[in-house]
Amino acid sequence: MALAAILAALAASMLSSAQPAGGADRPDPVTEAAAFRNYFVKKFPDVKLEEFANGPYALNEDMRRQWQEIDQFPPYEFSLEKGKELFATPFANGKTYADCFPAAGVGIRQNYPYFDASEGKVVTLELALNRCREANGETALPYVGDAMAALTAYMAFTSRGKPFDIKIPDDARALKAYQNGKRYFYTRRGQLNFSCATCHVQYPGEHMRAEVLAPALGILNAMPIYRSEWGGMGTISRRFTTCNSQIRGLPLEPQSEEYRDLEYYLSYLSNGLPISGPGTRP
Amino acid sequence: MASSIRVRAIANGETTDVQTLIQHPMDSGFVKDDKGEFIPAHFIQELTFEHDGKKVFVADWGTAVSKDPYVKFSFKGGNKGDDLKVSWIDNKGESDTATVKIQ
Repeated sequence: MALAAILAALAASMLSSAQPAGGADRPDPVTEAAAFRNYFVKKFPDVKLEEFANGPYALNEDMRRQWQEIDQFPPYEFSLEKGKELFATPFANGKTYADCFPAAGVGIRQNYPYFDASEGKVVTLELALNRCREANGETALPYVGDAMAALTAYMAFTSRGKPFDIKIPDDARALKAYQNGKRYFYTRRGQLNFSCATCHVQYPGEHMRAEVLAPALGILNAMPIYRSEWGGMGTISRRFTTCNSQIRGLPLEPQSEEYRDLEYYLSYLSNGLPISGPGTRP
Repeated sequence: MASSIRVRAIANGETTDVQTLIQHPMDSGFVKDDKGEFIPAHFIQELTFEHDGKKVFVADWGTAVSKDPYVKFSFKGGNKGDDLKVSWIDNKGESDTATVKIQ
């Protein structure tokens, strides 16, 4: 009798877990995002919410002063100018990037990545830029290269101050992408056995050698970034792949589905925080 | 191609504050490329700021200066509307010049 009761309970629990998104805890992005934000607000009570878009500078006064000094003459300026030029340069068929994007590509950074219902997948800004190129008979740009960084820098610059506005439509596949990004974010990997969350949720504001770790909240708002360590600009793809190498893991292909889902997840959590890119980081 | 030099000069009473950002690879000659070949040294040797026909700042640079160098200094004199001329020359003989008005 006892066995039958256990079996019945087991069957019931299996039934309840057979939700469309899969997983016993049905994802609730709205509640999760609020909880995520609350965690950082409580951890850093003196930091204004929108300040999280400035990464480590929101948490460390000394770094902040250095950054303000640097920002009078930002090192990304050359890249920004190149991006503006590239963006306006027509393809061989006479069309430009502006033809591929809503609002001619100006002030739209905050809407990326978005969930594409016809494809059933997440489309990031970098991916959309390369798709635009390919649709117009051009070759795709490397996702970790300077030209892609320059283009996204320009698009972010025209969107500065606009709050992230990532939507998760009422679609099981969109929820699944969000969930997949979350799983990637919290999964430990690499020889050092770190997850993204280890550094950017558990230890933001702490030092890792000379660096101050940035909070996960608002971490994509400043992208792309000029990193002094790189001596140049880097895209979100570059940041994700180098993060994975730094924990001695094997990076995925840039713009692979998992990275896209990760970007979707992280951007969604930063909804409402202003775009501050292009940024500068040590 | 746009100028490799960004300058901002602000007259500040008796002195003028100057900030400059220069786009240059500043290769030291000791770094290898992805094929394992040394990247030849390519660096700015002399950076000069001139105001009113007089050199106010001259830097003799070598390979130890970072890529896309940033310089900040101030000099005595200089009025709003004056010209400030900046020029650099590197070890390959390449050079660039920019003239800005002091703000």
